[in-house]
Amino acid sequence: MHEFSYEAPTTVDQAVKLLSADGDSARIICGGTDLLIQMRNAVRKPRLLVDVKAIPEMRQISFDPKTGLKLGAAVPCIEIHENQTMRKYYPGLTEAAHLIGSLQIQSRASIGGNLCNSSPAADTSPALLALGAVAKIAGPNGTREVPVEKFFTGPGQNVLQKGEIVVQILIAAPAPHSADRYIRMIPRNEMDIAIVGAGACVTLDGDKVTAARIGLGAVAPTPILAPKAAEYLIGKKLDEKTAERAGELAREAASPIDDMRGTAEYRRHVVGVLTRRALLGAAERARQN
Amino acid sequence: MAKKQLVETTINGEPVEFLCEPRQSLLESLRDILGLTGSKEGCLTGDCGACTVLVDDRPVCSCLMLGVEARGKKITTVEGLAEGTKLHPLQQKFLEDASLQCGICTPGFLMSAKSLLDRNPNPTEAEIRYALAGNLCRCTGYDKIVRAVMDAAKVIQAR
Ligand code: FES
Ligand code: FES
Repeated sequence: MHEFSYEAPTTVDQAVKLLSADGDSARIICGGTDLLIQMRNAVRKPRLLVDVKAIPEMRQISFDPKTGLKLGAAVPCIEIHENQTMRKYYPGLTEAAHLIGSLQIQSRASIGGNLCNSSPAADTSPALLALGAVAKIAGPNGTREVPVEKFFTGPGQNVLQKGEIVVQILIAAPAPHSADRYIRMIPRNEMDIAIVGAGACVTLDGDKVTAARIGLGAVAPTPILAPKAAEYLIGKKLDEKTAERAGELAREAASPIDDMRGTAEYRRHVVGVLTRRALLGAAERARQN
Repeated sequence: MAKKQLVETTINGEPVEFLCEPRQSLLESLRDILGLTGSKEGCLTGDCGACTVLVDDRPVCSCLMLGVEARGKKITTVEGLAEGTKLHPLQQKFLEDASLQCGICTPGFLMSAKSLLDRNPNPTEAEIRYALAGNLCRCTGYDKIVRAVMDAAKVIQAR
């Protein structure tokens, strides 16, 4: 690996200063599970790595039934999976975090890192989209909040400007009778990159859907929402038939490519299947809430 | 040359200080600076698990962590498994069950398995296979490794 220097600040302000001072050649390291591979392959050559894992607010999970969740962007996926609050209130996001790589990878990788790496196939991104999550960003000009659906600008690209850090992920407290679910399809049983990922969050009133959001991964240049499919469900009973129809509408939102994991045609088909299953799974959970 | 940094950490229960460049991985630091060559290098991409060590009791690919990140952490490597000449039940069962051939994957499997048994002393076969999914072996076909972990779990429970 090339030479670089390393800092581990303990406050967001210090981290922002370090990142702003070294301009384009400074980079945040969190779990390093993407970054260190990119650096070994000389795809990225930062002169400075700023480790954000010593910043307390980036390592905490705090939940309030009124104001919702503040999830530190640097919390490792395995801690999310082991956290009872996360399992109870955000089971879909939690299962997405627990699908990333091996346990070795989950001990290091974070949802903030997954978001900022901005892979179209990131597992936690469709789950965040489904939940309407917001990225709280700190930078040289103060803080701003960006909804996840406005965060990605292309494969591996996002809205972050020089010196900016995603500090926390903010998610509203789940409405009564709502729940989320994330499902993905990969070429093998464990540990691969999604051919398609589908996240769904639904709110029910009795039998009827009152709110729905569907996030899709690996089927467009960025993770995307499938708004038409979600709108279609409003006011309807969520059953096999309506979930199937929502899946068809979600297929129209997808613009997948052919690659070694699957053809575009196959991906489009799988979008329908996974959307249906994610919706039905979310509804089943919602009925118990 | 980027300045070397002093890293104070705990390795296998002992306080340890070492100097490393930020670009040196934890794996390199262990092997080339500290002479702890039990952890192996396979892929350097986080895929094979041969470099697995425990960091604050969680399994981590030491090839995907910097040496400087070990500051203040508790690191356990395969060298820390045995107590003196007394092998850890996992090591003993790997031997008895013939769970290795070339052996390059073994330190990583042992550490992943230790982390599982420390958390869950009575795992099912499926749980074992899941916990070991980040470790690759090109020799054994995995089955004997899974048996050894099950057998070691019995020994640990009987203690
Ligand atoms: S050498 Fe670290 S995972 Fe293969
Ligand atoms: S024993 Fe040779 S790779 Fe596992």
